[in-house]
Amino acid sequence: MTEAVTYAYAVARDDDGTLATELSGLSGVADAPVRLVRAGRNDGVVVAVSPVPAPDFREEALHAHLEDMEWLEAIARAHHRVIEAIAAHGTVLPLRLATVYLDEERVRLMLDDSREEFADRLAELAGLEEWGVKIYVEDAPGTEDPAAPSTGADLSPGRAYLSHRKAQRHAREDAYRAAQRVARDVAATARRQAVARAQHRPQQGELARGPGENVVNDAYLVPRPAAHNFRAAVLRTAEEAPGVRVEATGPWAPYSFAASLEAEPAKKVTP
Amino acid sequence: MRTAHEPAAPAEGPLPDRQVALIDLLDRLLSGGVVLTGDLVLSIADIDLVRVSLNALIASIGEQNPAPWTADLPVRDGHEG
Repeated sequence: MTEAVTYAYAVARDDDGTLATELSGLSGVADAPVRLVRAGRNDGVVVAVSPVPAPDFREEALHAHLEDMEWLEAIARAHHRVIEAIAAHGTVLPLRLATVYLDEERVRLMLDDSREEFADRLAELAGLEEWGVKIYVEDAPGTEDPAAPSTGADLSPGRAYLSHRKAQRHAREDAYRAAQRVARDVAATARRQAVARAQHRPQQGELARGPGENVVNDAYLVPRPAAHNFRAAVLRTAEEAPGVRVEATGPWAPYSFAASLEAEPAKKVTP
Repeated sequence: MRTAHEPAAPAEGPLPDRQVALIDLLDRLLSGGVVLTGDLVLSIADIDLVRVSLNALIASIGEQNPAPWTADLPVRDGHEG
């Protein structure tokens, strides 16, 4: 049998053993079973872990693997699957991707040291869910045909081209301004309904699905009962903003807030 | 900028119905979550996450797995307009 190390997914509570039951049969990272590690003095705070093959998860190998897109996607989706399963049961405190211990005993020692802090954070996150809000500036219409004479035939081809370009540029500037308005409206909505905000880098590159340019990529922590209204209000902000699109994703486990809830309260809704 | 090509529905993964967009997931998994320090095999601080996420989010999805829209790179030229 291959030597194993311990992959840790998340901290959660399992006061009555039902979480352990629900996770049995779930396949985690590297198709490994998911187990719960309990603290020495069991107070219900647990860490969800899987035994994973050491050769793949030792430091050097992991470095290389994480730059392999296919591998990264597989581990990311497996990690997420476990987080979702725990979230369906109760509050979850996700750990950063690829948190790997030598064995379960090391995880137990870590849990013994930190369980009060974990319990506090779990209590703070109870009843809250994360929603992603992305704002896009859509591509200006007509970009595919810059040479089209836009106005009367009295313009020379050169002038027609310049005039068309100018119109395009103005449309784009308008769209950026509209996107700023939408961002302000989203922030105002969030002040009423969300308890925290985290900002991610705008998405770009081949994995970004677009269409259009992503200009805002935020996450909000929203009380579950308010989530439906929050989402609807966020989507409404773009209704009268031509050239701007808003997407809401969620609900997510509180990935973007697991670490920063008390460390960075300043992140809460800034202009 | 992108041309008017439809960004063809990504044909990745056998279960398109349940798929969360990978990029949304990576935003959260590579920059979110509790970072533990101490007795780890791997301290996450040791990983050059900037490099990982640059590779993951910006540079490449792997040559052997070209996206259907690779011919349509959004060129962010600095002299647009």
